[in-house]
Amino acid sequence: MSREFLIKATGLGAIKGERILFSDLSLELGRGEAIVLRGINGAGKSTLLRMLGGLSRPDAGTVERTVRHHWIGHRNGLKPHETPRAHLTHWGRVWGSSAEPLAVARKMGVERPFEVAGQLLSAGQKRRTAIGRLLLAERPVWLLDEPFSALDREGRDLVTGLIDAHRASGGGVIAALHGEAPFEASREVQL
Amino acid sequence: MRTPSPLRAAFRQALGEAWAGGAGVLLPIGFFAGAAMLVPFTVGSEASQLSSIGTGILWVALALASLVSMERVFQADLEDGALELWAQEETPLFLVAAAKILAHWIISGLPLVLLTPPIGIALQVDPGALIPAMLAYGLGGLAFFLWGGVAGALAASVARGGLLIALLALPLFVPTAIFGALATVEGPGGPSLLFLAAATLFALAVAPFAASAALRLAVD
Repeated sequence: MSREFLIKATGLGAIKGERILFSDLSLELGRGEAIVLRGINGAGKSTLLRMLGGLSRPDAGTVERTVRHHWIGHRNGLKPHETPRAHLTHWGRVWGSSAEPLAVARKMGVERPFEVAGQLLSAGQKRRTAIGRLLLAERPVWLLDEPFSALDREGRDLVTGLIDAHRASGGGVIAALHGEAPFEASREVQL
Repeated sequence: MRTPSPLRAAFRQALGEAWAGGAGVLLPIGFFAGAAMLVPFTVGSEASQLSSIGTGILWVALALASLVSMERVFQADLEDGALELWAQEETPLFLVAAAKILAHWIISGLPLVLLTPPIGIALQVDPGALIPAMLAYGLGGLAFFLWGGVAGALAASVARGGLLIALLALPLFVPTAIFGALATVEGPGGPSLLFLAAATLFALAVAPFAASAALRLAVD
């Protein structure tokens, strides 16, 4: 009987042009764990995350997902005319969330620009709005691509708190990061 | 938990997006009217000549105007990252694509159909035939938007893909244009209207799948 896993990759390989980004990469995410992906720019952190999320087809190997996941990509998914209210309401509808958009915005510290169109928000406010999606629906796996980018110190602490709480409730996180991980990583994958 | 309604949400978001900025409604209308009204200046304003080609001109103008707003339908989703989110949902992507195309048709396509009678009258088309012809223009316009949506999805990752969209979509417009033009001449009850409806149903059955396949490639 194998250990219960949330997401499992076996023998993954990625090719960009004529270059092998990584090969024979295996990882397994269990409940309460956080895996940090590390590597220089262009090492393939985002590519690996996209394979784990099912956006890109692996050039080799397989990915098994047993549960649903949240995605915070390099792009925020916020439309230029979309306000934080519209964004959180929209994805709340998609996922059947009973969370109140304003409450989520308050938690993420974007209640002040709640009615401001996306194109007028600062990079940090956009990031906070996108990360607010994590609070709309319970999903065991979070795939995060540079979640702390554009965030101020308070924002980093906020997101760190969310990640810790998510892990404490049995969720798993895979995050591509630069610099120190502000949370305790179960494992690091060096690309 | 409330019931998830991903397709309703996608539809609503696309409606809002098409409406935002006003370009979704006004640009195709302006293009449609402008293209149709250019014809009398080039072929002459003789009533008999104009009335014989008037319905055909409306078809050409409708086909071209359908493409005006297509460039941004999926490209915007790709650029802002919303497509990545949709592509990871359990909701089939072809349904999301269909919902988005339909929303854009309602905002940008239906006004064109409503505009065909006044422009037809200006082109000396028999006014009595114009109201029944709106059914044909409506059916044909929907097919144009569906094929345009496929082309828009294919060109989503191409910068300034507008011309590419036209090149990809115009050949797909041919069956609709043929049966549509015949149907407006025959009037309602003729066989061509049924063929036109069949061509639109075919587009409805195929285009969402083709668009979603193209979107999966674009997001990869």
